Amino acid sequence: MATDSEIPTPAQNASAAGFLGGIGDWIINWIADLGERVIQGLCGLGNISLFAFSTFRWLFTRPPRKETIWSNFYEIGVLSLPVVALTGVFIGMVLALQSYAQFRLIGMETRLGAVVNMALVRELGPVLAATMLAGRVGSAMAAELGTMRVTEQIDALTSMGANPIHYLVVPRFLGCLLLIPALTTMADFMGVVGGYYYSVFMLNIDKHHYLYHSAQFVGWFDLFAGMFKSLFFGAAIALIGCHHGFHCDPGAEGVGRAATSAFVYSFVVILILDLLLGIGIEGFYSLLWPQGPSLI
Amino acid sequence: MIETTFPTSDSGEALIRGERLWVEFGRNRVLRDVTLSVARGETVAIIGESGCGKTVLLKTLIGLLRPTRGTVWFDGQDLGKLHERELTRQRTRFGFVFQQAALFDSMTIGQNVAFPLRQHTAKEDREIRRIVLARLAEVGLPESVVPQKPAELSGGMRKRVGLARALALDPELVLYDEPTTGLDPIMGDVINELILGTRKRHPVTSIVVTHDMRTARKVADRVVMLYPLSRLRDDEPQILYDGPPDRIDTAADPRVSQFVRGEAGERLMEMRERNGS
Repeated sequence: MATDSEIPTPAQNASAAGFLGGIGDWIINWIADLGERVIQGLCGLGNISLFAFSTFRWLFTRPPRKETIWSNFYEIGVLSLPVVALTGVFIGMVLALQSYAQFRLIGMETRLGAVVNMALVRELGPVLAATMLAGRVGSAMAAELGTMRVTEQIDALTSMGANPIHYLVVPRFLGCLLLIPALTTMADFMGVVGGYYYSVFMLNIDKHHYLYHSAQFVGWFDLFAGMFKSLFFGAAIALIGCHHGFHCDPGAEGVGRAATSAFVYSFVVILILDLLLGIGIEGFYSLLWPQGPSLI
Repeated sequence: MIETTFPTSDSGEALIRGERLWVEFGRNRVLRDVTLSVARGETVAIIGESGCGKTVLLKTLIGLLRPTRGTVWFDGQDLGKLHERELTRQRTRFGFVFQQAALFDSMTIGQNVAFPLRQHTAKEDREIRRIVLARLAEVGLPESVVPQKPAELSGGMRKRVGLARALALDPELVLYDEPTTGLDPIMGDVINELILGTRKRHPVTSIVVTHDMRTARKVADRVVMLYPLSRLRDDEPQILYDGPPDRIDTAADPRVSQFVRGEAGERLMEMRERNGS
């Protein structure tokens, strides 16, 4: 039986109810906020899917105008080459430098070429080329199209009977899709050159063994896997960059935010795609060669 | 026929008609049940204070924005039901002069004015150049501006290039969004004269969105005044005045005369109250 002191007074009751009510409100608000974010996320996903669908529809129904193709290809491909090459050569050297200590411990420094080149061709080349493209071209697309949106140039295109997706997005999409394999090749090549240079000339690894093990381990399939992934990266960079530009908030701040978020989203999507495509490619590899790669 | 239900379209056959238009952006309602009909050959000025929905109405009329509810009829066709290709074809019959000119800054002035011609005609370069120069001459710009980029021109020149580009395809309907905003009074009057001159040269129908009463009085056959929804009761119509420009000064509604005379009235007090000072 409860004593008098154990029976809560009305004031205590009220404060307990208030406290519980507060927690209840907090939970409800938290769920509402979460729900709103999920809905916003799904709407955003739906929005970019429709945008991608529309881009594909225009891509296959009407060829883009010649003058829009060349200027975009030049901007995306030619002007990106130096920065991609520079990144590639340094990554190749850094990779050799960092792996060397580990390989030396187990006395397998001559196998350095295999690991450096394999990592470059399968992973680092495509991902680095895509990251540089996202930073140099993806955010520039978002800023350019965002400025066009803010200054009503996109409305002007529509008012003159030109579809903005056909006129602005399709050539950029094609540029990224078709030129990213070339940029990846450049990153791969410069990375291989950088890795070779550092290993052979700075770390004094035997040239013959370095090349022999590289050739033994890195095959056409690895090169293909990297190139295949890069196509998806290129498509994602163009779609995300253009989509952010098209849905840019007004003002200089809006344009700046569109450019930054285009890069951040592209980078995250590149990494997610890299993992998913990597899993898919590995599955495909074990289907073709069930015995797995030879270690010797 | 719906035509007869419009009290404002008695001056002739309507070329464009927005019928019971509602436009909302999320929870923000900008237009509520607005009906506007513009007869062929007529020049209508839509006036109203900033944020009352003038530009939204203009963009809705040519299909740049889709109304939440309501229909836009252009030459007897429902714009909302047209397929992309047909809508594109119809858009060659419009010319839109944007507030900040909206010239493509990656292109030269010549390429800007030639853009609609290249987009919709198969004319040869020489013919296109001839039309571009003629259009630029009509708005008083010399041939020397052709290779220049929009950033190299003054605001007034850019607006005139915008007008030249809008007229490139000889449109039937020209829409002007705040044509004189941001210009000095002399350049503002030059633009007014160009709007009048365009009408003399080409048989166009025009809709001019402006908050400049001089423009409205000078160029319009009819003035329509929109009022911001936030200042209206639910049962009040959003169009406060629809009539000839010379009678707007004697309009019975004090809100119309307040705008026409440009008086702050109770607004300053309201703003202070809202800011708590």
